[in-house]
Amino acid sequence: MSNLYQGATGDWEVVIGLEIHAQVISESKLFSGSSTKFGSEPNTQVSFVCSAQPGMLPVINDECVRQAIRTGLAMGCQINLRSVFDRKNYFYADLPQGYQISQFKDPIVGEGVVTVDLEDGSTKDIGVERLHLEQDAGKSMHDQHPTMTYVDLNRSGVALMEIVSMPDMRSAEEAGAYFKKIRSLVRYAGTCDGNMDQGSMRADVNVSVRRPGEELGTRTETKNVNSIRYMMLVIESEIRRQVGVLEDGGTIAQETRLFEVATGTTRTMRSKEEAHDYRYFPDPDLLPLEFSQELVDKLAKEMPELADAKRDRFIKDLHITSYNASVLVAEKESADYFEELLAATVAKTAKPVSELGTLVSNWVTGDLFGALKKLGKGITESPVSIEHAAELLNLQVDGTISGRIAKEVFELMLETGSSPETIVEEKGLKQVSDTGAIETMIDEILAANADKVEQYRGGKDKLYGFFVGQVMKQTGGKANPQVVNQLLRPKLDG
Amino acid sequence: MSVDKETVAKIANLARIAVSEDELESTAGELNNILDWVEQLSEVDTDGVEPMTSVVAAALPRRVDEVTDGGYRDQVLKNAPASEHGFFAVPKVIE
Amino acid sequence: MTELTKLTLSAARDGLHNGDFTSAEITAEHLNAIDDAKELNTYIEVTSDQAMNMAASADAMIKDGNAKGMTGIPIGIKDLYCTKGVHSQSASHILDGFKPEYESTVTSNLWNDGAVMLGKTNMDEFAMGSSNENSYYGPVINPWRATGSDKNTVPGGSSGGSAAAVAADISIATTGTDTGGSIRQPASFTGLVGFKPTYGRCSRFGMIAFASSLDQAGPLTKTVRDAAIMMESMAGYDAKDSTSINVEVPNYEAALTGDIRGLKVGIPKEYHSDGMPAAIEKLWQQGIGWLKDAGAEIVDISLPHTKYALPTYYIVAPAECSSNLARYDGVKYGLRVAGDSLDDMYKNTRAAGFGDEVKRRILIGTYVLSAGYYDAYYLKAQRVRTLIADDFKSAYQKCDVILTPTAPSEAFNLGDKVSDPLAMYLNDVFTVPASLAGLPGISVPAGLSSDGLPLGLQLLGQAFGEEQLLNVADVLETAAGFNIKPAKWWGE
Ligand SMILES: [Mg+2]
Ligand SMILES: [Zn+2]
Repeated sequence: MSNLYQGATGDWEVVIGLEIHAQVISESKLFSGSSTKFGSEPNTQVSFVCSAQPGMLPVINDECVRQAIRTGLAMGCQINLRSVFDRKNYFYADLPQGYQISQFKDPIVGEGVVTVDLEDGSTKDIGVERLHLEQDAGKSMHDQHPTMTYVDLNRSGVALMEIVSMPDMRSAEEAGAYFKKIRSLVRYAGTCDGNMDQGSMRADVNVSVRRPGEELGTRTETKNVNSIRYMMLVIESEIRRQVGVLEDGGTIAQETRLFEVATGTTRTMRSKEEAHDYRYFPDPDLLPLEFSQELVDKLAKEMPELADAKRDRFIKDLHITSYNASVLVAEKESADYFEELLAATVAKTAKPVSELGTLVSNWVTGDLFGALKKLGKGITESPVSIEHAAELLNLQVDGTISGRIAKEVFELMLETGSSPETIVEEKGLKQVSDTGAIETMIDEILAANADKVEQYRGGKDKLYGFFVGQVMKQTGGKANPQVVNQLLRPKLDG
Repeated sequence: MSVDKETVAKIANLARIAVSEDELESTAGELNNILDWVEQLSEVDTDGVEPMTSVVAAALPRRVDEVTDGGYRDQVLKNAPASEHGFFAVPKVIE
Repeated sequence: MTELTKLTLSAARDGLHNGDFTSAEITAEHLNAIDDAKELNTYIEVTSDQAMNMAASADAMIKDGNAKGMTGIPIGIKDLYCTKGVHSQSASHILDGFKPEYESTVTSNLWNDGAVMLGKTNMDEFAMGSSNENSYYGPVINPWRATGSDKNTVPGGSSGGSAAAVAADISIATTGTDTGGSIRQPASFTGLVGFKPTYGRCSRFGMIAFASSLDQAGPLTKTVRDAAIMMESMAGYDAKDSTSINVEVPNYEAALTGDIRGLKVGIPKEYHSDGMPAAIEKLWQQGIGWLKDAGAEIVDISLPHTKYALPTYYIVAPAECSSNLARYDGVKYGLRVAGDSLDDMYKNTRAAGFGDEVKRRILIGTYVLSAGYYDAYYLKAQRVRTLIADDFKSAYQKCDVILTPTAPSEAFNLGDKVSDPLAMYLNDVFTVPASLAGLPGISVPAGLSSDGLPLGLQLLGQAFGEEQLLNVADVLETAAGFNIKPAKWWGE
């Protein structure tokens, strides 16, 4: 697949690099004991430390260090046993210290490679340059007052992992796939919740264009893009804009841009000052961060299973289709739901997982996902509990209800919230497996339809379905299809 | 390396300190005096010498991840020159 | 009755424990004396009511048998320490009206031991200065004057208010802070003991930062014993300061055995300078003799990078300060001067809020960290700093402590050096090297200059070698027998 972009004067190649900011999952902030909880009243999760009061000092949160190591391991990156915190100096209303504590020269995590899946089924390796720990800034609100900007420091000092890619992406699709991959990795590793709408993950998007094979062009950086769709729009609009400028004989300014949701395009930041000079230097309030290889090994051992490994295991050990496996691992919550349900079904049915994998995965990806889609809900908001779902599948496995009835019961479960056993009981949906009763019924049906029996025996095989249908009709669909088959065929065949 | 008026203006802007046009010259002079004096460090052979990152030979202590602080907004805002509705208030910023 | 303001800390402690007088009595006498000494401009804020309340609590502690060394002792606190609800501005206009909602660890330690706060002492703005002429609240006047002169002299800096207050007997002891000599040099100028411990010995939490890798708390006292008692209270590990070191605080007073036989005292040849006044050179030689007489062995040592310490310091300290002082931006506390935009507000506020010396250092610091200059200045200085620390490491292979003069001159007249920053910086030539290496140092009053102004000798120790250092200082103090007080010319 060619990633070249056709301009008016020929082909262009786009070069994309991403700096993803992922908020670390932790109870308290990177350098202070204030809470990281989302959505609280302004400035209620602020200490004297995170509001940079005079004389306050940073003390690092051990869990944030571990989360960065875990993320580095998930990305297959080098973990640096010694790293240094630097101050990045600049003035802004939501930066109370007048500097951000970050890592510049010696980050906690070094290079690595992640493999991303593309739509055409191919894969591509994207280089990760580094991951470093840093503080988030507070939040400025410019639209609350005619002449004032309001500042909320609740987020000030929350730990972020900045994950910097190599400029390895050549299309919006690749960038989207990479972002998705990183999101999946941090969510599986349990290091970032990946909630884009809460700003837990956002990207600075670096885009440049060049003639194929030529030197890198001048790049622009579009800040704080907080959805994959927006990021792809940013890239596409930047390609169009930059190619347009260059083909008109202009030059690209190295600048910071902002994404405007309304137009789906980017614009120059108005407050852009003269070239930044961040005056990085090692933070004298902190010593170098050092930890042992033993800690890294321990975290690696305790690392949760990541999506790719999980998918491979589903296929190999559970014998489920690679399609189902991919669908299930795409979101960590789906995979978690599936595995919990599988375990619960195993417990109920006392059958081995390998026999249940297909049934359970089909039910989750088919029935459950279908219902959730209709309801517009996510898996974590599923109206059907694991317990009820396992009960439903168990009724099917032990022959109490048929697959068809199971679908009916599921509908009722969604409507009423009742347990499947109650529904089956109350509605009398239990499958009839009583051979005596079914045999009597078959005899009656054959007697009442002697002409059709003649035709069947005369070679009209298709009529077999008619007789099955009659049995089902009389039992209200509750006859056990296997029992029906066992009895009907010999009687018809005479 | 000599600091001129433009450089003083540039670093004063980086440091966010207003320096009037007529102060620039004298400030440049003062800074040059100091910079010329510290220039003597170039005499010292520092090849292969590690820069000092901390005077104490200790590992960075790490604290347990617990919420132990915050939750006192009034105290945080108490000394603020301007605050409204629980926010710090500053002159409007246009992005 | 004894004049309670004349007491040393240890004598006051003993008297309080014996029930000879109460903390309320000593405190009240000091408050009166402070009132009488207003023209020295040592205190920025006097906390009379708080002092009397704290004295009452201290007296109760003593009565209940819970007294510690500092219980009931009235002291002044350098304005750089954050004290809850009380003026804490580092003598800067930019922190106008700032009253912290929290307490520094060092002052907390002192209050927990029952010490009594008389008020906040004047200082050079943000601890930047060597004469205390850089305070927003005006200069501090040294109680000492040259023989027969009525000219005001400076008390040294930046802990000038703290030094002058003890010298004038309007505080039994005070806290200071030392970044490049800010405790030791004013101690020398005012005839006191000034003690800077090892970097990391005292918590910096709640101390308004100047240069984080150098700032260290310490006491200014009348005697070495007083310094030992007060340091024991101030020091200690603090989980809130990542650079504080988790080492047990010893009983420093118990270290004062008076026995230094066999101890090796290093004399660095690089501390001899041509321009040094003869009285200082002579005093240094006397000091060597005193320690030798007490049984110490004198060793010649070399600290080859000494001459580069000051230029190194004047890169590293401004660099750190340019960043540490970025938080004073008119948003969260202190002064705000209006502007059309956020940036204008920042610039106006910081132009009006910082004094000249502070601005000068912020600009130097900004410059040496800026793109293109970082390697040549900041990184170079940090490399030289490593060499300076290595010098001391090698020297301490040959000796236990080092003896030098504290400052290259006696107290100079007010106004003499204000227009020449470089001349002012040279005051710290003997104190800065140990600061860069994070080592402890103490200045002991040892004699008078030809003008009748006090002069100190400095002892430098090894990291966390405070006990040994204090012991030698005690011997030196006894041998010098310096017990002259400035003639009282102020007040009624
Ligand atoms: Mg960026
Ligand atoms: Zn970042």
